[in-house]
Amino acid sequence: MSDQRIEGYARALFEIARAEGSLDEVEDELFRFARSYESSDALRNALTDDMIPAAKRQAIVEDLLGGKATSTTTQLVSMVVGSGRGRDLPAIIDQLVLRASSAKNLEVAEVRSAVALTADQQDRLAAALANATGKQVNLKVVVDPSVLGGIVATVGDTVIDGSVRTRLDQLKARL
Amino acid sequence: MNLLFTVARLIGEKEVPHTDSEGIVTHSPWLPEQAELIYGTFASLLIFFLLVKFAGPPAKKAMAARTERIQKELDSASDDKSGAALEAADIRQAKGDIGAERERLMADAAAQAAALLADGRVRLDAEMVELLARADADIATAKGRSIDELRSEISRLSSTAADRAVSESIDAATQQDLIESFIQKVGASA
Repeated sequence: MSDQRIEGYARALFEIARAEGSLDEVEDELFRFARSYESSDALRNALTDDMIPAAKRQAIVEDLLGGKATSTTTQLVSMVVGSGRGRDLPAIIDQLVLRASSAKNLEVAEVRSAVALTADQQDRLAAALANATGKQVNLKVVVDPSVLGGIVATVGDTVIDGSVRTRLDQLKARL
Repeated sequence: MNLLFTVARLIGEKEVPHTDSEGIVTHSPWLPEQAELIYGTFASLLIFFLLVKFAGPPAKKAMAARTERIQKELDSASDDKSGAALEAADIRQAKGDIGAERERLMADAAAQAAALLADGRVRLDAEMVELLARADADIATAKGRSIDELRSEISRLSSTAADRAVSESIDAATQQDLIESFIQKVGASA
């Protein structure tokens, strides 16, 4: 899909979430859904298979998110998948997150950790990243077991890698 | 013998004149009268002369023409004979040539067959050497690939084992230590 169309979908989702008054929550849920979508081949195949009717794909989304996310998030994802744009869902959501962060003058900071971070850790990490980059950040935490331990933080083009995975890879490369 | 005696007796008989019913007298039953003999002789000579004078040249000419025609036929037959002899000689020579040509062709064919056989053997030997070399190279490549694959597999297994060992060795407390360490390090890096 063209950047213009992704931008159009992201803007539409952003405006709907803001109109519903749940932009922060929806943005966060969509971000986590996008990461799950990227890491799961089965989910990606199910939501992008043109042989599966749109209603069926939407039913899958509602089964997955129903009761775990806000109805706005569920309906927005369902709308994108139903319109046959499931393949571009991560790009649309990333664009939405960027737009939401820009609206708050924040920079998106994607943080990957092997385990979930507590709220206190998230606050301290956001402050540390802001201190390190000189930018206020919108922290997006992704639980990624492949990190093994530690954290990988990406703020714009800056990557701060303190993961065990990277250290292990470096060790393997050296060996 | 009796007939000879009879003829001799009649010739030897004395001539007796004889007169026929019309009054004509003849002196011999065998010989003509003298005048008739003279005139007859003269007429015969005249006829002979006329024959020699007028019929002789055409007869000679006809004979000459016939002789010439016969000579021509003889010459033609001789020529035909010579031609036939030449043709026979040519045929015999051609037969001999055909035999020689057949021998030459057979010799050429045998030489070519021998050359082809030798060439084929040389080529087969070369191909066999090439195939063996290629097979050796393939074996070496396959061996190298197998070793590489084995190394890669060992590396992958080692990596998996290392990942598992590391992930199992990182307990919750270590995870928290790593996170806290990261936060402090990032916070201090300003």
